[in-house]
Amino acid sequence: MSAATVAARETTAHTIATGKSRDRTPGSLIFLIALWLSLFFGIAVLTVLLVDTAIKGLPRMDGNLLTEYDSTLFPEKHGFRAGILGSIWLMLGTALFTVPLGIAAATYLEEFADNKKWYNRIIEINIQNLAAVPAIVYGILALGVMGLFGLADGLVIGGILALSLLTLPIIIITTREALRAVPSEIRQGSLALGATVWQTTWRNSLPSAVPGIATGTILGLSRAIGEAAPLVMVGIFVSVRFDPASLTDMASALPIQIYGLASNSQEAYQQAANAAIIVLLLMVLGLNALAIFIRNKFQRSW
Amino acid sequence: MSADKTAGPPSGAGLPAVNLAAKSRPGEAVVKALLLTAAVLSVAITFGIVIALLAPTLDFFREVPFGEFFSADDQKEFAVLPLVMGTLVTTVIALAVAVPIGLGAAMYLSEYASPRARKILKPTVELLAGVPSVVYGFFAVYFVSEIFFQKWFNWQSLGLLNALSAGLILGVMVIPTIASLAEDALSAVPQAMRQGSLAMGANRMQTTLRVVLPAALSGVMAAIVLGMSRAIGETMIVTIAAGTLKNLSFNPTESMQTMTSFMAIKAGGEDPVGTPGYNMLFAVGMLLFVITLVVNFISISIVRRYRQAY
Repeated sequence: MSAATVAARETTAHTIATGKSRDRTPGSLIFLIALWLSLFFGIAVLTVLLVDTAIKGLPRMDGNLLTEYDSTLFPEKHGFRAGILGSIWLMLGTALFTVPLGIAAATYLEEFADNKKWYNRIIEINIQNLAAVPAIVYGILALGVMGLFGLADGLVIGGILALSLLTLPIIIITTREALRAVPSEIRQGSLALGATVWQTTWRNSLPSAVPGIATGTILGLSRAIGEAAPLVMVGIFVSVRFDPASLTDMASALPIQIYGLASNSQEAYQQAANAAIIVLLLMVLGLNALAIFIRNKFQRSW
Repeated sequence: MSADKTAGPPSGAGLPAVNLAAKSRPGEAVVKALLLTAAVLSVAITFGIVIALLAPTLDFFREVPFGEFFSADDQKEFAVLPLVMGTLVTTVIALAVAVPIGLGAAMYLSEYASPRARKILKPTVELLAGVPSVVYGFFAVYFVSEIFFQKWFNWQSLGLLNALSAGLILGVMVIPTIASLAEDALSAVPQAMRQGSLAMGANRMQTTLRVVLPAALSGVMAAIVLGMSRAIGETMIVTIAAGTLKNLSFNPTESMQTMTSFMAIKAGGEDPVGTPGYNMLFAVGMLLFVITLVVNFISISIVRRYRQAY
């Protein structure tokens, strides 16, 4: 009798004798509890963070917070108007830049590229690497490009550039995954009917991949809106006292204004900072929820 | 359509051969070229980063000798090793939190959770990655340090700014990266291997730890390495919570500066453009870029080398 048969027979005998499966041994129960705890640790931290922020920030959730500029004299009137408007400008600009570019690059790699060619493989490896480059390093590149064009620090366009560089690889990667999930039978059917590769891509592959692309794009943008490090590099301002009206205006951004209050331990400013965090979290988590909703509602499994 | 016998497909049953390749479509080529340009732009970004870093870095080393840059003396203005040490300490703490917890969550999601539970739990864990890093920074200082350690644990000797709180929260931020990627790797292990193990009399814990985890090891390692590169490159948490004091120390309860927080502080600092003090920002950025690049290549080669195709 082989060892395996012995083991199997022992298990069966054990199960029959004790009336319970071996999943109930003390060791495996402890293991299961440890797995449970590790799953709920993250959720618990998220809950504590939200509750802690709400307790500290909710008293300051008033009109001033959204409509007033920052104030060094009156903490109760300290508002984040410039930051909120700045962040909206940056996000829209980033979306306009990266969505067409990212989808185009991903479409090329998935639908047109022959990945036996050396240059296509270089592009592949390069995008994998870009996704791992720290956000602050993108800030340095944006700073360099701004300097090349003789533009000053802290402009809307600089922030858009920094965030676009950061978001582009995310959008390329998620769009590729969405395109890859479209079964090749759909393409072959279209090609067999005489459509060209581009017609197939435009009329079949891309429309089928829209939910996946939308999810990835929204997640990429929600990461961009909360990111502060590259904006610090391009000199986005903590305090701006007018609304941005063009790409070459000086700008602030919500995460930068929050960062600006990190070292101010005065009670009233801490309250204002936490209220601003609530606004930022509502924006970011709202976008995340939207992405998850799209993914669950519209994503087809082929 | 003219039949070209040499290029067309072989004609059967007496039908005239139709050459599909012969019809030229200029529009198609233009579209392909445009899309290729977009893809090539991503390579241009990498070159742009290298160029943007290289020029000021070379300027920096023209004025500051190599030995002074790679010096461990935290009193010296241009010493980088204390910053590397700060990054090392916070990253090690972060991984000590994120690796066991991320893998535990991944194993639960992949091996124990019902499909319905997984559909809810996985996005919830991924939400942790959506929280902006400035928010985590505030949380590290004003909750973990002030309320959790100082008030609840009555640890008064711990300052508000320290590497421990920053590292712990950095770990929380990295959990979803590791959990999500490791879960993908575990789920990709074929069901037949689990069934084989269960049929041999192993229980679910033994199957998970001795069969599924080793089979998915390359993907799990890659997840950990990617989490590590996240922790090394994260800026705002350490800038806000770990302090801005250059400090060569292994003691995580002290305040210390990392490579990234040095860069963030320097960018908003007073040094005039072109001075060695300002250019050091780029030298440190270059070092950071090279380190994350190496770490990422390790991750890619782990996947290549040990991947088992099922």
